[in-house]
Amino acid sequence: MSLTISLPSVLSRLTDGSRSLSASGATVGEAVADVTRRFPSLAPRLVDDSGQPYAFVTFYLNDEDIRFSGGFTAPVRDGDELTIVSAVAGG
Amino acid sequence: MTATLTSPTARSRVAPTLDRDELLRYGRHLLLPEVAIDGQRKLKSGRVLIVGAGGLGSPAALYLAAAGVGTIGLVDFDIVEVTNLQRQLLHGTSDVGRSKLDSARDRIHDTNPHVKLELHATRLTAENALTIIREYDVVLDGTDNFATRYLVNDACVLLGKPNVYGSIFRFDGQASVFATADGPCYRCIYPEPPPPGLVPSCAEGGVLGVLPGLVGTVQATEAIKLLLGIGRPLTGRLLLVNALDAEFRSVRVRRDPSCPACGTRELQSLVDYDQFCATSGGDGAGLDAVPQIEPRELAIRRASGEAIQLVDVREPHEWEIGHIDGATLIPLHRLKDRLRELDASAPVAVICKGGTRSALATRDLIDAGFGRVWSVSGGILRWSREVDADVPEY
Repeated sequence: MSLTISLPSVLSRLTDGSRSLSASGATVGEAVADVTRRFPSLAPRLVDDSGQPYAFVTFYLNDEDIRFSGGFTAPVRDGDELTIVSAVAGG
Repeated sequence: MTATLTSPTARSRVAPTLDRDELLRYGRHLLLPEVAIDGQRKLKSGRVLIVGAGGLGSPAALYLAAAGVGTIGLVDFDIVEVTNLQRQLLHGTSDVGRSKLDSARDRIHDTNPHVKLELHATRLTAENALTIIREYDVVLDGTDNFATRYLVNDACVLLGKPNVYGSIFRFDGQASVFATADGPCYRCIYPEPPPPGLVPSCAEGGVLGVLPGLVGTVQATEAIKLLLGIGRPLTGRLLLVNALDAEFRSVRVRRDPSCPACGTRELQSLVDYDQFCATSGGDGAGLDAVPQIEPRELAIRRASGEAIQLVDVREPHEWEIGHIDGATLIPLHRLKDRLRELDASAPVAVICKGGTRSALATRDLIDAGFGRVWSVSGGILRWSREVDADVPEY
């Protein structure tokens, strides 16, 4: 399956300036692993040492939080959009 | 869904009348059937607490005051610094060095003398938060650190006060309304904070000056809607703002049944939020234990001829602002790829702007086998103040 991943702008310097990436995989976890393979410095900003999502980074598949649909095992379909949002505290 | 206030205080308060001056001042509101005189009286009887008179608090306070919100509480303990002026519109050049609350009081009074201000010149803490927040109908979170954000959230959940949330970093902003009767809270989205150092602050990573204007006015809009009981609030949605792409979109957020604050309700009182934010696991934990060197000591040792490698882990655009002669620029995210440029058998001092990135880099170098490595305490900012003013602060 092919989907689009949107990143916060702060992470785009780790992906050669791109906020929008194409990724492939049958699940959210596989799609995330696909982009972190291509951009290894992105990995520690998205997942912990065991490859699981951090509690301060939220993954929205088609605008729904994946924590309520199986987390990284949530299946993806062609054309899905995965939006990654990281906690920020600036005010 | 219509926005409503659940606070019994807000519901039972008698709405005050409007005098001739106020009828004229709020004329454009009175023309809106959704506001009209009844709504304007609700605004006048409304009490909004703004936590933080900074980037988000500035536009929020100004618009809430201009709109005629009767009582605005402000919590802040900072002094106006010149670096605030790029985005914090409550404060002007002549206010540098004054307390932010004094500056805000003057500016808000000029915007609308009908507004009653309640100034809380203190840091919001687990000891005072419930007492302060209890007196308001709506809370607007304009803080600049994770510990206070969790504190504001938990206090609002415990007291049943809507928490109008906003946060910003670089070109990205977020906004939502938490802690309403059926809606989610901040912990439902972010159960734990990032470990210290992993997510830079605006002081370290920068922020587009107009961005808090965008997000803070969204927060003010939501607070006004809550007071008026009109429209569809941002409850259950997280608004994502990207200034670079001129993109505003929202994602759905749900109450997490396992959330200790609003789900299981096992969180019955406030906790130690500094501890909560300092001890979360992950990449940045334990930075306090990283070896440090004082800027003056480093300068003396380099001047005496000691062969200390000085590595600057800031970004190239920060290096252009100013750097220390003889330093080597290796941005933090490139460090692991460029380790071979350094001599692991010789001492290394690592510097950044304020000391966070250099601490992360120091820990990485120690993990990579470097025996003598220090993070320069306070970074370029302290170097500029204590060693060489020709390297500018920013």
